[in-house]
Formats: sequence, structure tokens, C-alpha cells
Amino acid sequence: MAPMLEVRDLVVDYGDGTRVLDGLSLAVARDEVVCLLGPSGCGKSTLLRAVAGLRPPDGGTVLVRGRPVDGVPDGLAVVFQDYGRSLMPWSTVARNVAFGLPRDLDRPTRAARVREALGSVGLADVADRRPGQLSGGMAQRVAIARALACRPTLMLMDEPFASVDAQTRADLEDLLLRVRREYGTTVLLVTHDIDESVYLGDRVLVLSPRPAAVVDDLTVDLPSPRDQITTREDDGFVRLRTRAAERLRYPDGAPETPRA
Amino acid sequence: MSTRLRRAAARWSVLVVVVVAWEVAAKAVPSPFFPPPSAIAAAGWRAWFSGPWLLTDEARTDVLPSLARLLGGWALAACAGVALGLAIGRSRRTSDYVAPLLAFGRAVPPPVLAPVFLILFAVGTPMQLATIVVGVVWPVLLNTADGARDVDPVKIDVAVVHRVAGLRRLREVILPAAAPRILAGLRVSLSLALILMVVSELVASTDGLGHRLVVAQRSFDFTAMWAAIVLLGVLGYALNAALLGVERRVLVWTR
Repeated sequence: MAPMLEVRDLVVDYGDGTRVLDGLSLAVARDEVVCLLGPSGCGKSTLLRAVAGLRPPDGGTVLVRGRPVDGVPDGLAVVFQDYGRSLMPWSTVARNVAFGLPRDLDRPTRAARVREALGSVGLADVADRRPGQLSGGMAQRVAIARALACRPTLMLMDEPFASVDAQTRADLEDLLLRVRREYGTTVLLVTHDIDESVYLGDRVLVLSPRPAAVVDDLTVDLPSPRDQITTREDDGFVRLRTRAAERLRYPDGAPETPRA
Repeated sequence: MSTRLRRAAARWSVLVVVVVAWEVAAKAVPSPFFPPPSAIAAAGWRAWFSGPWLLTDEARTDVLPSLARLLGGWALAACAGVALGLAIGRSRRTSDYVAPLLAFGRAVPPPVLAPVFLILFAVGTPMQLATIVVGVVWPVLLNTADGARDVDPVKIDVAVVHRVAGLRRLREVILPAAAPRILAGLRVSLSLALILMVVSELVASTDGLGHRLVVAQRSFDFTAMWAAIVLLGVLGYALNAALLGVERRVLVWTR
């Protein structure tokens, strides 16, 4: 069976000729949560855009379920970083969640899907409010519900928890792990937060600065379900986060010699 | 609530003071050119609002044609402005090509077109409509184009990812995102439409408030002239207030 996502020798240039991605390859198996951990500006978001079909690659191929990406692949959903920009402030929460539903669904089915998605992120009671009336964490849950309502097989997340406070962030991380199990969704999540990548991921791919290349592929063998307290004090967690930090800091593998 | 009422009363009290001062001054120093407000109001009431069903026949020939031209011209301009503005704002190439044309069109002072349309169209409503439409289309068009161009690219990405395209993308993403600018343009256009309505009726017309104004002036009936001016002011104020009310409803989400 073909992997959920396969990226082969992906090349992407910016309009001004800067090479953002230069021959990047990676694969994500079905049902996996893979975190892309890389420094700011290394091309993580560009990679997601290429996978989502929002930007045609300048070289290489992107395969989703074995099929080359040409436009937005079926069964794909994206959660963007900034809920303030990705939600439609003029629509109610319910309408925002219904935004991506297939058009051929009848009304009762649509309503049921919206209720279900809002229910799984714990926002059933704010369906008639507008995003501007919600806190940041709630608004990002609406964005997640909008993605879930489409019952995606592959969910791309671009630093989804970077714009909320630490406590909310922990709640949203646990929420993500729970709902993605319920919906059986494969997740590719971009982050620059080391702890978050280890906590959420089945695997962590460490990227080098631009042009990004995969410098390490860490399998996270921590017990599931994960827990914000016990997982984070687990020896395995500490070892993995140290390793990821090291590879992020020294992508070439050669720590600088301390100066005298 | 009572604070709001008190504030409104404080604001309006200035107007009351000015009107009373004018009344006193006009009575103290009588001048045929500056009749007292009470006389103006009485003349206006007698002329337009003393009919069996409130409106008199005069109101039917003065006020209603003017209102119809004003609102009709404005509505036509609004539709054309929004449609063209969307096309220009959402297409880089169109906007590159027509930008110089727009810059020129907007720079032409609208009233100077009235004589041109006087030659092109029959005297009367077609000429007046053309003057209003061509004059007031610009604020709507340019604001809509700006609003449509500046839609957050993340929202467009969301639409693409969710396969929301074509008319649905227009209706659910681009139009609402551009709505604040569009409404601002509509408001500018509405006050401009009032001006052009009067100007076009001054030039050549057989009815309407502008016509009434000219007739009154030529027959030295200054009280009737002032009454027409006051009615135009009230009309402009009421239309603007109504549109502000609509705006507040449509744009609840911006607050």
C-alpha cells in the first residue's frame, strides 16, 4: 500500500529566484503523526503549501496516496497558524465549520456534521457566535473543527498552536491527539517548538535551515495516550528532546569546539 | 441609555441655538434675502406636506422625481461599481490595464459632464440619470476594487483548500471581506448623488427640487428657495443616517 504522503526531491523557488526547498524527500505512513521541526524561515510552510497543492513545485514530486498532487488532493484539510486570518469573521462558528463541507450534502447531514465536529472540539454551545467573540484558543478549535468536518484522511497543520498561551496550547495538543485518533486522520504538523514536536509526534523530522533538508528522523517510542505531566518527565521524552535540540542546533552533526 | 439620550440632546442643542439665533436676527433686521426659519418651515410645509395624504401635488412634482432620480442613479452606479470593482480588484491584469483610465475618470469633476449628457440624451430623466451614474460610480468602483484586492491571502488559501470557488467564493469570502470598503464607497456616492441630482436639475429640467430652486430664485420667492435648500439638507441627512443604519447591521462583525 502506498504511504499516505510521499515527497520526492521537492524543489521550490520563490519568485525572486531564492531556492527555498532543494531536493527535500520525506514520507508519512497512514495513521501517523509526523512533526516537522525546523528553524524559522527554513521552508516548512512552503513545504506544506506544496503538499496542499497551493503551490506547484519547481521540481520533484508530491504523492498523496500514491497519486501525484495536481491541485488540492482529495481528503486533505489544512489548519493554518493564525485563526484570526483563516476564519471568516463575518460568519457564525457553525457556518465557518460548514465552509468546507462538500456541496452535495443535504441540509440535515451538513448540520449533523457541523454539530459532530463542534462537539469533538468541545464547542457545541458557541455555534451561533462569531469568531471575534471567542478567545484565541476557542477560535483555533473552530479552525480544527472546520478541518475535521471534512473528515480528512490527511491533515496538514502549520504551527497551529503558535498563537495561543501555554496553558491553552497544552489543552489543544491533547485535543489534537484525541480527535485525530477518533477521526483516524494522518497528521503532518509543522512546528518550531521542540517539546511540542516530541509530545505530539510518532516521528519527528528535524529540518536544516534553508534550503531545508531532513537531517534526522526520530521515532518517538513514548507510551500512548500521552500526558502533559508524566510524558514530559519520561526519560525517553527528555532523551528525544535533547537529541532533537542537538540536531536542530547542529544540523551538520559537528558541534563547534568551545572557545577558550 | 439616559446618558446616550443626554449626549444626543447636547449635540442637537447647538443646532437649536443656531436656528433660534437666526430667527431672532432675521426678525430684528428684516431682509427679503434671509427670511426667518419659521417662515421657511411654514412655506415648505404649505408647499409639500399640507396635502390630503400628507404630500401635495407640488411634492409629487418636486420631491418624488428628485428622489427617484437620486436613488435610481445611485443604485445603478452601485451595481455597476461593485461589479466592475470586483472584476478589477480580483484580476491583476485587468487592474494594470484600466488603472490609468480610472485615474483619469475619477479626476474629472462630475458636474462638468451634465452639459455633455444634455447634448447626448433627451432633456429630462435620461440625462439626469446619466450625470448621476457617471459621477457617483467612482467611489464605489475604486473602493470595491481596493477591498477585493486586499482580501487576506490566507482566506483565499482556505477557500482553495476547501474547493470553494467561483460565485460561492465571491459571495462567501470576497464580498464580505470587501464589504466595509464597499459600504464606505456607497456612502460617499450617496452624498455625491444628492449634489449631482440638484446640479442636473438646475441645468435643464421641468420638475424636481433643483428645478423648484431655480423657479423660486427667478421669481424672487426667496422663502421658497430657502425651503428647497432646507429640504435638500434634510434629505441628505436622512439618507446618510439610513445608510449608516444598514451599515451597522451588515458590519456587526467588525465590532
